Amino acid sequence: MQVLSSNTISDALLVSIPRLANVLPPDILEALIEARDKETHERAKIVLDQLVLNAQIASEDHVPICQDTGTVWVCLEVGPDIALNANVFSKVNPSVAHGFINSKLRKSVVRDALFDRTNTGDNTPAFCELRLVDEPGVARLHLMLKGGGSDNASRVVMLTPNAGKQGVIDTVLECVKEKGANACPPLVIGVGVGSTFDKVAGLAKLALMRPLNVPAPDPQVAAFERELLEAVNATGIGAGGLGGDTTALGVRVKTAPCHIAALPVAVNMGCSAMRRLTIEL
Amino acid sequence: MNYKHIQLPLSKADARALRAGDACLLTGPVYTLRDAGHIRLLDEIREKRLKTLPYGLAGQVIFYAGPTPPKAGRPFGAIGPTTASRMDFAAPLLMSMGLTGTIGKGERSDEVKKACEEYSSVYFVATGGAAAFLAKCVVSDETLAYDDLGTEALRRIEVKDMPVFVGIDTLGQSIYDLDREDD
Repeated sequence: MQVLSSNTISDALLVSIPRLANVLPPDILEALIEARDKETHERAKIVLDQLVLNAQIASEDHVPICQDTGTVWVCLEVGPDIALNANVFSKVNPSVAHGFINSKLRKSVVRDALFDRTNTGDNTPAFCELRLVDEPGVARLHLMLKGGGSDNASRVVMLTPNAGKQGVIDTVLECVKEKGANACPPLVIGVGVGSTFDKVAGLAKLALMRPLNVPAPDPQVAAFERELLEAVNATGIGAGGLGGDTTALGVRVKTAPCHIAALPVAVNMGCSAMRRLTIEL
Repeated sequence: MNYKHIQLPLSKADARALRAGDACLLTGPVYTLRDAGHIRLLDEIREKRLKTLPYGLAGQVIFYAGPTPPKAGRPFGAIGPTTASRMDFAAPLLMSMGLTGTIGKGERSDEVKKACEEYSSVYFVATGGAAAFLAKCVVSDETLAYDDLGTEALRRIEVKDMPVFVGIDTLGQSIYDLDREDD
């Protein structure tokens, strides 16, 4: 049986963190260029022009795409035939500190949300998560640098079952209308539906991992994503929140079982610099 | 779209001539300060019962930003606006004490719109997420205070031709409201 070591994780992070901070994922860049080319509003066109140029400068000059280089989220998915030691995340924080200090990224983490808001100085701790999946042979690492402005625009709502699909659409639209302009649109919107209060936010975050050019495997989900995207773009909030055709580049939905009384919904807002990467280890 | 070239510090005459939605290129000094720095600045003003803004902020523009360290031969690898509404708790007081402008992103409260009108202060909007691009507009930087806050320290930076839109003008009109009315 293959044993996954903490070194495998830290090696992947040392290579990926600086690259992710400086180079926009290709699917996001492609979507930005497409949005720019078809934009009909003057101010939004200026914003999209700046965002495309920005991605180019960041990649060529090896500087961060955005000054908010985020909190580091590391999610390890392992199949039933993969063995690992409980210390598999033990080298994550040293790798994050190394990456953030050496690659001149911003340190954006405080020691405690309430009682000690002293900057930790090295962007640690990272936020780690282990998921056991029913996929033999899989050892998969999700990495996200999540900005604060877009995360602040996120929410969890506990709907009742009769609210149905329309309830989910209304929740997403409300969230976009109230907070979208602050979250650096054009947005990438992760939507979780189902499971429990604590888990639904995780579903929304995981939903953000699927690239914009990879359709949902379930046609019902794919159709719902298209419906949501159309509704979000119909708000006219636009790039930079200054009015325009493209408020979101994509909506990603993940659903799960839940209690007979429940319809939990989470919206995890992602900005135009949606820095995330999945690595098969 | 025609850009208006604006020399900072912002004169009252220039401020009053700007209208929400105008595209501008800013040149001159701006001061970076964000969440923790604002909490500290307000504490300092209250504790010392200051009548004027400290650190030479009177008549100046605050850029709500926390930059990354220097890189590629520039003062910062990346610098861009953070969400302005988080600083709404402090803005009216600072504007009443002579802050002539702010730079950030996103919508602001009615209290801030009113303060912009009352004190002829302008809120500029820069593109969130265009921080590598905006960093090329920064020509110098100097840390003035709160160094222990790291990226949240108070800095005086010089910008050249930094592209922004007028977010709230001195009539209290917002770019975000204008666009919704247009729809």
